[in-house]
Order: sequence, then C-alpha cells, then structure tokens
Amino acid sequence: MTDTVAETAPEDLVSGRGGGGPAATRTVVAYGFWIFLLSDIIMFSALFAAFAVASNRTAGGPGGEQLFHLRNVFIETMCLLLSSYTCGLGTLSAERQHRERFLAFYALTALLGAAFLFIEISEFADMVGRGDGPSRSAFLSAFFTLVGTHGAHVTAGLAWLLYMVAQVWVKGLRPRELRRLLCFSLFWHALDIVWVGVFTMVYLIGGR
Amino acid sequence: MDGNGSIPRDSAPGVDRRASTADFLWYTAGLAFAVLLTIMSFVVDQTALLWRPGEPVGLAVLAIAQMGVHLVFFLHLGTGPDHTNNILALAFGALIVFLVITGSIVIMANLNANMMSMPGDM
Repeated sequence: MTDTVAETAPEDLVSGRGGGGPAATRTVVAYGFWIFLLSDIIMFSALFAAFAVASNRTAGGPGGEQLFHLRNVFIETMCLLLSSYTCGLGTLSAERQHRERFLAFYALTALLGAAFLFIEISEFADMVGRGDGPSRSAFLSAFFTLVGTHGAHVTAGLAWLLYMVAQVWVKGLRPRELRRLLCFSLFWHALDIVWVGVFTMVYLIGGR
Repeated sequence: MDGNGSIPRDSAPGVDRRASTADFLWYTAGLAFAVLLTIMSFVVDQTALLWRPGEPVGLAVLAIAQMGVHLVFFLHLGTGPDHTNNILALAFGALIVFLVITGSIVIMANLNANMMSMPGDM
C-alpha cells in the first residue's frame, strides 16, 4: 500500500505542473503564447462588456435589427471556421514535413481569412456610407470598437500568416519555424473562439 | 512509470500526440461539431424553436458549447495531468472574463436604475 503511494505520488506531482526537469522549448514557447492569448481574450472581454452595456443606447439611430445582414454574418462565420480547420491541417502537415501540403492548406487559410475581412470591411463601409458610423450612437461606437478590434486581429493574423509562409519557403520546416507555426495556429484558433462570442452576442442577441 | 523518461510531461496547447490519421479525424470531427453548433445558433435565432424570452440564454449556451469544441478539438486541450498548467491558466482567464463582463453589466444596470430621469430625456 505504501509502495503504491510512493510510486504514484511523484508522477502526480510532476506532470502538468512543470516538474520533472525543464520542459521542451516547444512546450515553454506554446505555454507562454497561451498566456498571451488569454490576456488578449481578457482585453476582448472589456470590449464585450462595453458592448453589452451600450447595446440598446441607440440615441434614436438604427439598432441591430435594421443594420445587420445575418446571411453575411453566417458566411463570415463559415469562412473563419473553415480557415481554422485548414490552418490546423496545415500546421499538422508542417509537423509531418509535407511542405507542399502545408503551403496549400495555408494558402486556403489566407484566402478564407481574406474573404472574411472583405465581407466585414464592405459591411463597415456600407454602414459608414449611410451615416451610421461609430460616431452615430453609443451602440455603434461599441459595435465598431468590438468588431473592428477583432477585424484588426484577423488582419494582423493574415500578415503573420504570409510572413510564416515566406519563412518556410526560404528556410524550410526546422524546429524553430515549427514553433512559430504552432504559435500562429494557436492565435488563429483563438480568433475563431472570440468570433463565436461576437456573432452570438453582437449579431444574434444584439440584432433582435 | 519508473521515472526513466516515461513520466507524462507537460503538454503544450495545440500539440497532439495521436497517430497521423487520428489527428486528421480529430480536426474533422471538431469542424463538424462547430458547424453544427453554428447552424443551431442561427436556426434558434431565426425561428420560434425556443421560447422567445429564453432565446438569449439558449444562444449563450450554444456559444459556450462551441467555444468548448474549439478548445478541445482545435487547441487540443485535455483533462489529463499533462495539461494541468494550461487548464489552470484557462480557468483563471475565464474567471477574469466572467468578472469583467457580469460585473460591468450589473454595475451599469444598477447605476441606470438609480439615475433620476432628466426632463427632455428619451
């Protein structure tokens, strides 16, 4: 009985808590990036809170149900979701050293991300063109801040994606590039998680 | 586990240790679940499937479920001991997110209720 305890106890203390000696660089890098992503999500939570508070302060201007086109939102959602999927498969191919497959999947990811951004930007331009810009009401200020910050993240993600493709193109798939690809795919998946919150809270609940 | 390298070490988020075909299936299953939950959200919003005043709660439940699907299938978070650090960080993040959002909503609703309505206000 005491033997079993002595044998199992160290393992329980060691695994998952950083015990058992220094972890692999890959684990340390991904964990650090995970902490960054969580802090980024906490920043988004402040914008979500602002939107929740201001969502019915339309100051006599248009509300969500007049402004939002749910068909567009659905297409945007599917673009981002599929791009998350192809990004995951691309990173998987990179880990297996399938360079061509990696490039194909990442090209698809970039295409889907760009489609998402295109729909979002044309929607914003349409709203601003009709005089329903961020200065129209507290609701629209909160809307443009929240959705715009997410869009800015997607834009930064696209730039990062192209930069990673260029790196792999020139340097190949070595451990350092693979670590960076891992961080990028975590970032891209996290953006999709934030978008789930956006389309539910802003477009579905806020557009009623 | 004799301590000679067979101790389960920490896992990084996003890293999978499955065989290659299982990996692909895992992502595909995640995509299927996520698409299903997204379609359910839009259907619930567009139809009278749910009792109307309860719809926001239903949509919130679907969104949280989909976030869980993304965490498990795309970010490969697990419940095993090798993920303790990752899950602890996630739990702390979720706590702060919850405090910021519900705290703001409660405080602002309270302020709003206690505000005297001004003449000329809407």
